[in-house]
Amino acid sequence: MTDLSKTGAAVGEPVRAAEAPETFLEVRDLKVHFPTDDGLVKSVDGLSFQLEKGQTLGIVGESGSGKSVTSLAVMGLHRLGNRGKNVQMSGEIWLDGKELVSASPDEVRRLRGRQMAMIFQDPLSAMHPYYTVGSQIVEAYRVHHDVDKKTARKRAVELLDRVGIPEPNKRVDSYPHEFSGGMRQRAMIAMALVNNPELLIADEPTTALDVTVQAQILDLIRDLQKEFGSAVIIITHDLGVVAEIADDILVMYGGRCVERGPVDKIFYEPQHPYTWGLLGSMPRIDREQTDRLIPVKGQPPSLINVPSGCAFNPRCPYADIPKGGITRTERPELREVGGRHFTACHLSQEDRTRIWTEEIAPKL
Amino acid sequence: MISYIIRRTIAAVILLLVVTAVTFGIFFLLPRLAGQTPDQLAAQYIGKNPSPEDIAAVKANLGLDKAVYEQYWDFIKGIVSGATYNLGPTTAKCEVPCFGYSFKNHTEVWPQLVDRLPVTASLAAGAAVLWLLSGVAAGVISALKPGSVFDRTAMGVALAGVSLPMFFTGQLALLVFSYQLDIFGRTYVPFTENPSQWANTLFLPWCSLALLYSAIYARLTRSGMLETMSEDFIRTARAKGLKERKVVLKHGLRAALTPIVTVFGMDIGLLLGGAVITESVFSLPGIGQYAVQAITDNDLPPILGVTLLAAFFVVLCNLVVDVLYATVDPRVRLS
Amino acid sequence: MAVVAAISSAGMLLAGCSKADDNGDNGGNGAGANAATKEVVNASTEKGGTVTYAMSDVPDSFDPGNTYYAYMYNFSRLYARPLLTFQPAPGEKGNEIVPDLAESKGQSSDGGKTWTYKIRKGVKFEDGTEVTSADVKYAVERSNFARDVLSLGPNYFAQFLDGADKYKGPYKDKSTKGISSIQTPDKYTITFKLSQPFADFDYLVTAPQTAPVPRAKDTGVDYTKKIVSSGSYKFESYQEGKSVTLVRNPEWDPKTDPLRKQYPDKIVVNLKVNQATIDKDLMAGTTTVDLAGRGVDTQTQAQLLNSEDQKANTDNTYGGRLVYAAINTKVKPFDNVECRKAVQYAIDKVAVQTAQGGPVRGDVATTVLPPDVIGYQKFDAYPTEGNKGDAAKAKEHLTACKQPNGFKTYIAARSDRQQEVDAATAIIDSLKKVGITAEMKQYPSGKYFTDYAGVPTFTEKQGIGIIMMQWGADWPTGYGFLNQILNGKAISQSGNTNLSQFNNAEVNKLLDEAIQNQDESARNAAYAEVDKKTMDEAVIVPLTYFKVLLYRSPNATNVVSSAAWSGQYDALNLGTTKK
Repeated sequence: MTDLSKTGAAVGEPVRAAEAPETFLEVRDLKVHFPTDDGLVKSVDGLSFQLEKGQTLGIVGESGSGKSVTSLAVMGLHRLGNRGKNVQMSGEIWLDGKELVSASPDEVRRLRGRQMAMIFQDPLSAMHPYYTVGSQIVEAYRVHHDVDKKTARKRAVELLDRVGIPEPNKRVDSYPHEFSGGMRQRAMIAMALVNNPELLIADEPTTALDVTVQAQILDLIRDLQKEFGSAVIIITHDLGVVAEIADDILVMYGGRCVERGPVDKIFYEPQHPYTWGLLGSMPRIDREQTDRLIPVKGQPPSLINVPSGCAFNPRCPYADIPKGGITRTERPELREVGGRHFTACHLSQEDRTRIWTEEIAPKL
Repeated sequence: MISYIIRRTIAAVILLLVVTAVTFGIFFLLPRLAGQTPDQLAAQYIGKNPSPEDIAAVKANLGLDKAVYEQYWDFIKGIVSGATYNLGPTTAKCEVPCFGYSFKNHTEVWPQLVDRLPVTASLAAGAAVLWLLSGVAAGVISALKPGSVFDRTAMGVALAGVSLPMFFTGQLALLVFSYQLDIFGRTYVPFTENPSQWANTLFLPWCSLALLYSAIYARLTRSGMLETMSEDFIRTARAKGLKERKVVLKHGLRAALTPIVTVFGMDIGLLLGGAVITESVFSLPGIGQYAVQAITDNDLPPILGVTLLAAFFVVLCNLVVDVLYATVDPRVRLS
Repeated sequence: MAVVAAISSAGMLLAGCSKADDNGDNGGNGAGANAATKEVVNASTEKGGTVTYAMSDVPDSFDPGNTYYAYMYNFSRLYARPLLTFQPAPGEKGNEIVPDLAESKGQSSDGGKTWTYKIRKGVKFEDGTEVTSADVKYAVERSNFARDVLSLGPNYFAQFLDGADKYKGPYKDKSTKGISSIQTPDKYTITFKLSQPFADFDYLVTAPQTAPVPRAKDTGVDYTKKIVSSGSYKFESYQEGKSVTLVRNPEWDPKTDPLRKQYPDKIVVNLKVNQATIDKDLMAGTTTVDLAGRGVDTQTQAQLLNSEDQKANTDNTYGGRLVYAAINTKVKPFDNVECRKAVQYAIDKVAVQTAQGGPVRGDVATTVLPPDVIGYQKFDAYPTEGNKGDAAKAKEHLTACKQPNGFKTYIAARSDRQQEVDAATAIIDSLKKVGITAEMKQYPSGKYFTDYAGVPTFTEKQGIGIIMMQWGADWPTGYGFLNQILNGKAISQSGNTNLSQFNNAEVNKLLDEAIQNQDESARNAAYAEVDKKTMDEAVIVPLTYFKVLLYRSPNATNVVSSAAWSGQYDALNLGTTKK
């Protein structure tokens, strides 16, 4: 616990009193811990970020890095269901002037689906197999709008049409299994957008889809964002997905933010060795099939026994460069390295610049 | 859909034929393999100390002197086109479907079955409603709060319900609530005659039977709910901002019910074939009691009749379940 | 079983409670233990009420021409009047034959080969038509000569009537002439012509097979459902395997019937009722009589006997049956009478009695004829102290048999009759003490006579020297009881009941002559002599005179336990105080 408070203080911005921020969405020192029989799982451990309307934030990281838990926590979904019974959560989540962590579950429920909506990874399992696509969209609409079924259905057809589903009048009565993967994801997006949410969270929206469809879906999300002016969070393990679409990128590792900054900075001046690894594993059309996807070597860290010092140190090829084994004893703080660009790394600025320009960039 | 049902019906008829053949084989052939001769079968229809002349006469009258396949053929022919039986001065026409004639009881099997079916159906239907409601409700509540006091209590009761034999719980219930407290009657009255007395007599059998099944259904529902409640679509439902109650009942239970519907259909089919123990314990004049009687009497036509009827209901309920499955789960296509 | 015990013990609690009103002497309202075997209990001429019978099984048939059980012979008289019947009287007085449909007992001529009965005038079926001799003739024909369909009753008439082998029966021989050896010279006279003299013929016509059946209404196997009554009650409803309801027969005329009084309004028979339930309902007063009359179940028995109060409502009566061990004279060394005598002395009959459930289930027997059968004389050819056996005497006879060290043999018993198996085990223990090693062979009761014990070639081949047996007569005379188990002519190759294969010229002659003898006392003397001779030859070891424990409902009126019905309560005039 002492460790918690210490690391909490180490986050870039100081923890302020609980007063409403100017920004549309602001997350401050968010911690989501799950007690299990094996120990406390620190899924998110002191995360802060902001997002304005009309902006897109990409949260990138391996599975288990805490990116999905972060999105569920924002939605208030982390504590529903059996796993969420004993969840420990602290910090603040401000959405349009309302604080969600301390809000009652019912207050959060009322916002859910209306002010904030979510697109899930696998639309086949995320949609109820026994109800038609239309009825599921209608349901989402009628939770928050007191309208009759006919009106809601019209709205569903309209949305299906908008997300590019042909013959929406007919398809509205189809079941999810009767849709193709891309169509399903479009329907899922329609369902999420039916209430004009101001915050849209897309959790791995393209992972289950093939490459050509991926691009279409991302285009769709971008178009819709422009049209609706919502804030969008895209969660992905693949930097490539967010390269085109995100304004800011937040790289998570072991429940924490290791690098955050505008998309250009992340792609052209990445500061953290883990970000370098992610860039290396990014698929690119101009590369050969064989050396495609160089994964970051090693296993993601245990969230119960997070490595001491820098959580990334067991996998970091440069862990020994800083003197005195500091990478293994002291947790690096998130420091600003440029305009709105932060990173948490013990390497000196010179080392980072040298390694990036000499060793990493040429291989990409 | 229609062609599916037709094909399934044809398959069902073939299956029933196989069932009759096997049953016929078991009850006619096995005793012979064990050394029981047609003479001994015939001797059962004769009073004390049967004489060889009597045996020969009865054997010829019952057709027991014919080859087994001939007897089987006669049986099948009876179902399709009826049969006649020699009563002495006259013959009795056994109408289609003729399931045989019990010379032990001087009755045709089919009217007996028809006569007794309402009793068994009453028992099965009442018990089914009870166990489905209580079992599913207990299962759902348990699943929503696994490890809670309710969950532990309900699952403990369920374990007891599964483990305690009906002839214990049933007899105990009879003793306490009927003999001692005199709350419930013991003589079956048809619903059409007196609905309140009908329910009064059937209440204990319903509860006893339901206890057994609701235990199974509670466990089934609980595990099904635990599984579906962790499905992605449940998260989606919650993400829409649905109230938890609606999430559980409309999304969770709906999906968890599918396997329960299957099991339920099969159970109903089996029960209609005769709730043997319940009917024996509570002296209900249903199919099960008829079957028990036929077996103790070694009375072959009723045994065959009950087996065939039971098989029919199992096959029928199977078909119903399959069709139902397709309506419950749109992903299933009947073809 | 545990549940039955629980129910019974709960009943015991109730019984214990009611003990508070015990008035000391005979207890409660009960007429006293065994009262109905000595007197008419609760004699009453009051009319009304419903007498309820219950049975754990179903009768073989309600059709008087298609049944073979004493309780149905008894019960069927309510709706079917045989020519003669037994007097409704307690104990052995019930063995006396009285006229029923006939005006008097049979007139025999031709040395007992011809029997003539005069039928009462004015007796009517329930449909108002008069009963005639032709209806009686037809009833005998259908019950004895249509064995392919009506096979459940005995066919003694077919065995004794002259020219029976040529008659095909009324269903195949459609001519109304019928069998020529039953003659109906007029509407009220019926004459039976037998192939040989038969002195017990009056007993034969007590069978319900002589109760009239109108030919036009006979539906063969189905007649049981549509019986046309000639008695004081008629069928109101017949529900196969469930229940039967009898109501007063308005066509019945008391002037034609000295026996029936038509007391209750209604008689209901509930079938397929659990035995424990029957016992409980009897004690609760909701059931008047257990139709089968086989006695209460063991749980109830303990409960009844432990309470003086309840015991006063019981009758522990003989069942007209002997439990015995037949010694197979065709299996060595039992061909030697000395070896048979050794067994007679060796068996501890008290141990056997205990194994069967104690004195309430039977008295120790020393004769072949039970005390409730006509012709019984008390004697004991092999007395031992306290009936516990005498090893010393047994060994003397073993020595005389040239088997001083004993021998080995087999004993047959019915596997599904636990009491019989237990009794056989007690016998094995007794025999072991004198050096005879007997090993039990168990067979299912359904095939006991047809395949095993009743097949002489089988028992000889298997070396089965001792065969467990229970025997009751079809009619309560010495001949009825003895002929089938002792006459050498009764030995058959299958379904044999003369299990000892006893073929003694003297015994055969005594039996054959007795049945032709018109003098009843001479006949009975002959039966006693057969009994003694049999015991001298030691071919049967009488074990117990079978007894049943009946519960006599305090609600029941005019209750008599009659020897003629194996101790069951006579059905004719049973009434009830419960209205």
